[in-house]
Amino acid sequence: MQLSEIWFLLIGVLFVGFVFLEGFDFGVGMSTKFLAKNEVEKRVLINTIGPFWDANEVWLITGGGAMFAAFPHWYATLFSGYYLPFVVLLLALIARGVAFEFRGKMNSVKWKKTWDWSIFLGSILPPFLLGVLFTSLIKGVPIDKEMNMTAGFFDIVNIYTVVGGVAFVLLTYMHGLMFITLKTTDSIRERAREQARKLFLACAVVVVLFVALTGVYTNAFADRGSVLIPLYALAIVLYLALYPLLKNKKEGFSFVTTGLLLILVMASFFIALFPNVMISSTDIANNLTVYNSASGEYSLKLMTIIAFTMVPIVLAYTVWSYYVFRKRVTDKEHLEY
Amino acid sequence: MKILVGGKKVMEALVLARIQFAATTVFHFIFVPLSIGLAFVIAVMQTMYLVKKKDVYKKMTQFWGKFFLINFAIGIVTGIIQEFQFGMNWSSYSRFMGDVFGAPLAIEALLAFFIESTFIGLWIFGWDKLPKKVHLASIWLVSISTMISAFWILTANSFMQNPVGYAIKNGRAETTDFLAVITNPKVLVAFPHVIFGALATGAFFVVGISAYYFLKKKDLDFFRRSVTIGLVIGLVSSLGIAFSGHSQSQYLMGAQPMKMAAAEGLWEDSGDPAAWTVVANIDTENKETKMSLEIPYALSFLAYGDFKGKVEGMNTLQAKYEKLYGAGNYIPPVKTTFWNFRIMAGLGGVLVLLSLMGLYMRRRGTLENKTWFLKILVATLFFPFIANTSGWIMSEIGRQPWIVNGLMRTSDAVSPTVSAGSVLFSLVSFTLVYTLLAVAMVVLFLRIIKQGPHEKQMDDIRDSDPFSEGGISHATK
Repeated sequence: MQLSEIWFLLIGVLFVGFVFLEGFDFGVGMSTKFLAKNEVEKRVLINTIGPFWDANEVWLITGGGAMFAAFPHWYATLFSGYYLPFVVLLLALIARGVAFEFRGKMNSVKWKKTWDWSIFLGSILPPFLLGVLFTSLIKGVPIDKEMNMTAGFFDIVNIYTVVGGVAFVLLTYMHGLMFITLKTTDSIRERAREQARKLFLACAVVVVLFVALTGVYTNAFADRGSVLIPLYALAIVLYLALYPLLKNKKEGFSFVTTGLLLILVMASFFIALFPNVMISSTDIANNLTVYNSASGEYSLKLMTIIAFTMVPIVLAYTVWSYYVFRKRVTDKEHLEY
Repeated sequence: MKILVGGKKVMEALVLARIQFAATTVFHFIFVPLSIGLAFVIAVMQTMYLVKKKDVYKKMTQFWGKFFLINFAIGIVTGIIQEFQFGMNWSSYSRFMGDVFGAPLAIEALLAFFIESTFIGLWIFGWDKLPKKVHLASIWLVSISTMISAFWILTANSFMQNPVGYAIKNGRAETTDFLAVITNPKVLVAFPHVIFGALATGAFFVVGISAYYFLKKKDLDFFRRSVTIGLVIGLVSSLGIAFSGHSQSQYLMGAQPMKMAAAEGLWEDSGDPAAWTVVANIDTENKETKMSLEIPYALSFLAYGDFKGKVEGMNTLQAKYEKLYGAGNYIPPVKTTFWNFRIMAGLGGVLVLLSLMGLYMRRRGTLENKTWFLKILVATLFFPFIANTSGWIMSEIGRQPWIVNGLMRTSDAVSPTVSAGSVLFSLVSFTLVYTLLAVAMVVLFLRIIKQGPHEKQMDDIRDSDPFSEGGISHATK
């Protein structure tokens, strides 16, 4: 295995970690609009992700940084090519990040409403945009010989990519609901589970539609069918297993299941791409691949050593922080946010 | 004709992208130094709480911690833009430089951002859940990781100022010696300078607000203790700024003489020994500097640490660079470089003086009654912010026309596919959102100041709504 291939895998791992972790706090952010009945419940919900959301977001930032370091051409083409979606993504992440900190600092209705909307939009837009982005990546976008992406609006936003975006929103929302059942008590915990059961069918329809459209719009099944078909089969089995898990109130298993679903979907993007990192819809000769867009051997080797030393340490203290805050959040205790 | 129109559009996109980078970076760097500085101050206070076991130190930690957390949140979210902006607006730069420049950014995320974000969560939510010593360790880890973060981003910036440890291969810059990249002489002088600047920012923030409470004659014991910590850190860091600043200028003389000459408004070569210009009237059209007030020997000392030696002027260097790099203008915007240097250095000197005076008065116990001096100290709160900003403007503007000194021009670095319209859209929306953030932050800061350190819960005050009529004035009362 070449170093550039290892780095493709590592970036995949970073994005997988990102959807698994930030996935549920996007979901919790959305639930403040759809699940909370009053101010106290809203605060309970926000506090369930209080100690975690910031570190979860770092997975995305590290993913971006790793792309820059290991695949400068990928980073350059992707971020300049998807300029406007990234602007909106950044605005959403900014609004959301400060909202958690600011919201509880003043007891005024308008103040809170403002930050409530920031949290909601900041939690629903990023998974949607990232879903659109990854879906259009495996579909292919116009890229010229200089590796510059020249996509118009409909190259990025079309039926297939929108379905991909909606699928991501629904999956992260389900995942968030599962996290809530793990971290809250009483009525809100019951309602989160109920809502997930009600959403079960809708979410299934969208995800199946997404997989079907992947067959229509991309060559993923032709190129990588031997991996993708078993992977999607596994996803279906997992998804079907979710319903009895919900019914029998197996909260831990349900959470792991929605997490695994997100992981499988994100992994399927990377598998469908490989060995490309960006597919050109104009001429496949212009594809960016792990080989023609990577950094030099020296830099890759250096980064590999650093990554393999640091990532286990990061994982260790991340796990520890979840252990420290393992208790359920209730309104009986002091709520920080 | 068509090419001309296309060329003009690229120019517009370039100008807008530069404005956006400047605006978002300057804004980001208002919050970063305060975060670094306050994290350290708070860590010191919490350490004193554990050592002296007095409740007042816990209250101090929590009171100053409120400012810190609000500020920290804005610093983080405005930082995400920085991480993505290179690819978005400067894709040609990213392609050419990614091999060298990407690594420090990725390492920064792995080494600093993860620690920072995890342990800030542990600190905020862990007051009752962690053993006291572990909780204290959390804030120290946050403090240290903010500094680690500064090191890596300065390593990246230092390569732009003074490229080392690389070779041009495959049409781009590739790292050949990572050790050289992280021991770049530039980063070795810039890192202490920036860290001392950040510590001073945090220290004078505490000093300024404490002075305000002395003027109001409220919570004197609490703010006496705060101001002492602030003044001590302020004195040490402002002296640190001066010494590291001196090594910066000596570095500059060797590696970026054009920036040095511009910072001095020096068109022709100086005499030997060289005099330092305090103020002057610079005429960039006729390439002259008139009516200057000079201190003999001082520039030689600044440049070489010695009272002799001449300094090359911009005209000489321009001729040299034309031979080296071909025709073109290699002189940066002189007035901007010249004046920002003076604002930075002048304010730095003022900080040394004020912290010395403040500590002297504090020792004699007269500080809290010296109304005139307290008023100055309140204003001093803003000085480090201004100095930090002008220092960076001098550093980045003084490097122009290069984005990477001697390797790549700023005009060649911009994304070729991003239209001026797109950049205008992002520039306007970022500016708008940043303005709202700044307003929200000021409102929250004023509230905290108004409530004082002994308010039990933030939620208790119900009637001030910053968005309703008279809301802000209410909050400032």
